[in-house]
Amino acid sequence: MELSGGEIVIQSLKDEGVEYVFGYPGGCVLHIYDAIFQQQDVKHVLVRHEQGATHAADGYARSSGKPGVVLVTSGPGATNAVTGIATAYMDSIPLVVITGQVPRAVIGTDAFQEVDTVGITRPCVKHNFLVKDVADIAETMKKAFFLATSGRPGPVVVDIPKDITDPNVKVPYRYPEEVNMRSYKPTVSGNIGQTRKAVAFIKEAKRPVIYSGGGVVLGEASEELRRLSRTLNFPVTQTLMGLGAFPGTDSQFVGMLGMHGTYEANMAMHGSDLIIAIGARFDDRVTGKITEFCPNAKIIHIDVDPASISKTITVDVPIVGQVKPILLDMLAQIESLGETFDRERISAWWSQIDEWRAMDCMAYDKKTSTIKPQYVIEQLYKVTNGDAFVTSDVGQHQMFAAQFYPFDKPRRWINSGGLGTMGFGLPAAMGVKFANPDADVACVTGEGSIQMCLQELSTMLQYDTPVKIINLNNGYLGMVRQWQEFTYKGRYSHSYMDALPDFKKLAEAYGHVGMQITKKTDVEPALREAFAMKDRTVFMDFLTDSKENVYPMIEAGKAHNNMVMAPSSKFKADTAQSSLSSASVKRMPDGHKKAAL
Amino acid sequence: MSRQHIISVLLENESGALSRVSGLFSARAYNIESLTVAPTQDPTLSRLTLVTVGSEETIEQIKKQLNKLIDVVKLIDLSESFSLERELALLKVKQNDAMVQKIDGLATDALARITDETDDYLIIELSGEKLWLDDFLSSIEGEIIEVVRTGVIGLSRGERSLTL
Ligand SMILES: Cc1ncc(C[n+]2csc(CCOP(=O)(O)OP(=O)(O)O)c2C)c(N)n1
Ligand SMILES: [Mg+2]
Repeated sequence: MELSGGEIVIQSLKDEGVEYVFGYPGGCVLHIYDAIFQQQDVKHVLVRHEQGATHAADGYARSSGKPGVVLVTSGPGATNAVTGIATAYMDSIPLVVITGQVPRAVIGTDAFQEVDTVGITRPCVKHNFLVKDVADIAETMKKAFFLATSGRPGPVVVDIPKDITDPNVKVPYRYPEEVNMRSYKPTVSGNIGQTRKAVAFIKEAKRPVIYSGGGVVLGEASEELRRLSRTLNFPVTQTLMGLGAFPGTDSQFVGMLGMHGTYEANMAMHGSDLIIAIGARFDDRVTGKITEFCPNAKIIHIDVDPASISKTITVDVPIVGQVKPILLDMLAQIESLGETFDRERISAWWSQIDEWRAMDCMAYDKKTSTIKPQYVIEQLYKVTNGDAFVTSDVGQHQMFAAQFYPFDKPRRWINSGGLGTMGFGLPAAMGVKFANPDADVACVTGEGSIQMCLQELSTMLQYDTPVKIINLNNGYLGMVRQWQEFTYKGRYSHSYMDALPDFKKLAEAYGHVGMQITKKTDVEPALREAFAMKDRTVFMDFLTDSKENVYPMIEAGKAHNNMVMAPSSKFKADTAQSSLSSASVKRMPDGHKKAAL
Repeated sequence: MSRQHIISVLLENESGALSRVSGLFSARAYNIESLTVAPTQDPTLSRLTLVTVGSEETIEQIKKQLNKLIDVVKLIDLSESFSLERELALLKVKQNDAMVQKIDGLATDALARITDETDDYLIIELSGEKLWLDDFLSSIEGEIIEVVRTGVIGLSRGERSLTL
């Protein structure tokens, strides 16, 4: 078969089984767009901004496990895509991003819409290519998909000069069955000896914690994590990226850990004698102050990326490889011990955890007449039976969603954890809907974030991807305002947004359904009404309490046992919690409570 | 405790590969004292030698991050075993008898010679361990007009090798 470069690009996507390409045309990709026009298998989604394309492809990838594909033009097309590429990179999401480039002859001459795409994206991709010959396109595409999806996944950029996609230059096409790269051999199975060592630690543990992260979701190892956790009866905490791998409603789950994690999760980490870290990377939002992280614990760390091991925290038993086979190995070894690992075995630990739990650290004031953001999420959970795909933007609303919507399945919770990209939620929700057309998809957002990629409402109408937008409108860049309240004595420097649009009318102008909810009693009925409109995108503008904060909170650079507690929790200000391992709680000037060991 | 390490890397000989390595060092704020690179006998591969300074943990991370680069095929840390290190320098000075005598007076196994001589100038070629070069250069009295150094290269001694 003889094909032009433009046709090869599209034929390669077909041969990869790609369903959707999220893209935006321009001069340097016109030949490729012409090839798209002449076939039906690969469907193109015309976004409204290239950032939207990358986030949509990302949402598609996160919710389906398949790589997301993006096609943008050179210059501004490529630079607009960079935020989304970096977002995917930080969360290890497989994307293949095809960027047009100016013709080879003018590369380096500051040609119209020329930018050094390979240079700009180098620090935020797993790898990138500048293809220099039409005969290399197919193999490069194969490599791109292989790299994006294997080992520790990530985005790969393929930069293609316009002249090698010329419809008049045809070359023989054969899509490689496989690629073999001498410089890239990701580790699959872990070292058995290391696993044996880990099991020896597990046997002795008195105060163990399983700390599981996004790698378990990406590595499709939820089932194995569940089996391991249930075999051992150890408490499980998950990172923001890992939520859903272990069921959020399970009594063994002690909540998310880290900056806005639960008291019980953070205290358990701090008091632990054995941490089993699985597909997690000891991010600073998780560890808090490094020097005081888990002071008495031995650490087992399973990760596919050797560079994640002992990067910030030195571990005792590193196991490099794919999470799934390693957990299976570990399970087999544990089973062959013939010991029972019931809760009784570590009963003192569990009763300590139960005491921490009883403090109800995420409690919020349920008596107010204003709409509390937490309440909206609880109702969302109820109305969707806890089974929706939930994307979020970045801010307080993101944390409330993570805290108050317990996910029982992996790939249901979709957020930008690593880069923290406002604007991610809406296009990501659209991508999720493409991958899961029959599922309920909700986008939890804030009035700040939603305005960063709002234009995709138009795409969502064109392609009929009904999503429910839950706008927790507190009138503030809430997370910024909270930090200013805590650390800048309430000097709210530019965290208030005046002149917000009428979101209801805005949604209507885009052809969707708009709702504004101002009363607490309307929250649940409005949600029911919205989710009953299966085939409509509904923008729900909830006017929420403008000064609500996310609790608990470990302030940046503080240790796990140093948390600011919710005013409504059971912590008594200024009193020692005698039974609770001498945790003491301090009142902050503005009424927060602070717990410290 | 910080220590100097010499890391040798086999790299795909592709455009952009070197910038991935240098970009890694700047992005992650690693030290780089010298870096030298040239194609090997196998034209598809370059061999890169870099000298860096850091604690054991940092050096471990540097090696892991280098290995993670797709274009890096293989690397060894020459500082982990006995190895031979060399650096070449060329220096230009004004003609002077003292210098000619100094070079002539060096032990015969010292690798220093006058490579070029014009009426007014001398170019001296030196090769040896970095520290020897440092010492030699600082011992020179009078003005050095120009010096160029290649950066360190090295090979591990005995059986240990960096090959495919
Ligand atoms: C692109 C981008 N710019 C800035 C920030 C910093 N930031 C983090 S949270 C936040 C406020 C978000 O406000 P909003 O979307 O209204 O959410 P809220 O916190 O009020 O729930 C800001 C500005 C960011 N995360 N991303
Ligand atoms: Mg807000």
